[in-house]
Amino acid sequence: MPAGLEISDIYIFILAGFLGFQLISRIPPLLHTPLMAATNAISGIALIGSIVVAGENYDMVTNILAFIAVTCSTINVVGGFLITDRILKMFKKENTKGNK
Amino acid sequence: MSILQLCYVVSAILFILGIRSLSSPETARRGMNLASLGMLLAIIGALFSQQIVSYTWIIAGLLLGTLLSIPISLWIPMTKIPQRIALSHAGGALAACLIGIAEYYRYRTSLAPASMGIVAIEVMLGALTFTGSLMVAGKLHGILPGRPITYKGQNAVNITLFIVMVCILITITLSPEMNVMFYILLSLSFLFGIFLVTPIGAADMPVVIAIFNAYGGLTGAVMGFMLANRIQIITGALDGASGFILSILMCKAMNRSIMNVLFGAFGKANEKSDTHSLASDKNQPQSISVEEALPFFEQAKSIIIAPGYGMAASQAHHALREFVDKLKANGVNIKYAIHPVAGRMPGHMNVLLAEANVPYTDLFDMEEINPEFPHADIALVVGANDVTNPAARTVKSSPIYGMPILDVDKAKKVIVLKRSLSPGFSGIDNELYYKDHTWLLFGDAKESLSKLAYGFKRAWGA
Repeated sequence: MPAGLEISDIYIFILAGFLGFQLISRIPPLLHTPLMAATNAISGIALIGSIVVAGENYDMVTNILAFIAVTCSTINVVGGFLITDRILKMFKKENTKGNK
Repeated sequence: MSILQLCYVVSAILFILGIRSLSSPETARRGMNLASLGMLLAIIGALFSQQIVSYTWIIAGLLLGTLLSIPISLWIPMTKIPQRIALSHAGGALAACLIGIAEYYRYRTSLAPASMGIVAIEVMLGALTFTGSLMVAGKLHGILPGRPITYKGQNAVNITLFIVMVCILITITLSPEMNVMFYILLSLSFLFGIFLVTPIGAADMPVVIAIFNAYGGLTGAVMGFMLANRIQIITGALDGASGFILSILMCKAMNRSIMNVLFGAFGKANEKSDTHSLASDKNQPQSISVEEALPFFEQAKSIIIAPGYGMAASQAHHALREFVDKLKANGVNIKYAIHPVAGRMPGHMNVLLAEANVPYTDLFDMEEINPEFPHADIALVVGANDVTNPAARTVKSSPIYGMPILDVDKAKKVIVLKRSLSPGFSGIDNELYYKDHTWLLFGDAKESLSKLAYGFKRAWGA
């Protein structure tokens, strides 16, 4: 059942927004691409909402919609963390030339 | 407090720590491992929710998703990361949108206005982010034309469409049982996403990708409101803040406002300025051969390299690194100057160079490196164009006037690797090429760099 707007939720949203602003302003441009990949992976948390809707097994329409949602969010979660790690693995300090 | 709630609290903390760890390349990987642990915890927690009565569709979705995520994560080349990220923005938005539709479909007769408003906003944002991000991915991948597509009255059409959407939104919030209106809003939102990106050229994609990142985050947060799921509100807010900051940074790097990117259609005003700058520079640029260029490099003590996307597109970054290795072995001081919009998305160029085994300690942001250009013996420009154009400082009529640029023209010598004299992405002629201390080395960048690396031998070095 879709919830109404609760005031505590709005507080959480605003505080998290400010926290995000502080955290992300400190990230150097060097890591902006992995940052985008990482936030992408983390925003795949939509998966947990999709899982619950898919599991409620209401009727065929909601099942199929939720199935697609679970699939898309899983792609974001798994793919997002994989690619973030793949990118971060490439950032090396000086003198790693030999291991090409 | 149930165990499930506890799981979510721990995950939220781990996500925040994960994002914080991205402030340094040394801590980043470990932090992201923590974040993925948090994700695992949240998913396991969700799987044990009491509402779940059947696991068929969940398991099918998890398996299919995991299977599909492998090719787009492990095998995709780094040059194609931007369109891949845009695609996953589309996927995330689609998921939120579909869940919104499913909830509306199921509870449409019993929705209170406040809940209805949230569902409608979620579906609207999700739908327009979905089609918009697909358009971005298409343009970046070259399936759709990269040039801005404009027609007369385009802005009027878009604004009208938006107003109509808001009106429908208000109507169904007040009377949720109006089934048809909901699906009209859904279709209009899909359409609006397409319309929004149509007039934006491929050159502006770094900004647009970040804007859709912010929209995607907001969609997620609204979905969190709808499902009363706090952890999703938090991640949505973090994601939204990240996209918002990045889009502002990208706009600053191009000296444009977000409004201007969305409604300005870059590239429209270029025809006028082109003729102007060509007419004022009658002298021909000086060209140079590999053999003639070699002595310059052999005498240089410090070199700053300004790479652009053209370098990565022609896969020249590996050849560049081999040449740089030779220079370094001879004691030449090498730095890379990275313009914020050098790639196709925020930070893209850093990733491309890291892929070619360039240590990140050699990569410098524009603000850090600009004061060093006057001390550099050679500025080597590889595949960068508009971000090195001094017209941005002086020529008021130029479309890129005011854009922060790399001060390559202040170096003692400038060598530009270039295929031809054709103008860059924005279609503007580059003044840099006509300066007295600039030499153009025509040809394929990869080939030229390999030849330079092969020919380079410092007399007193060997």
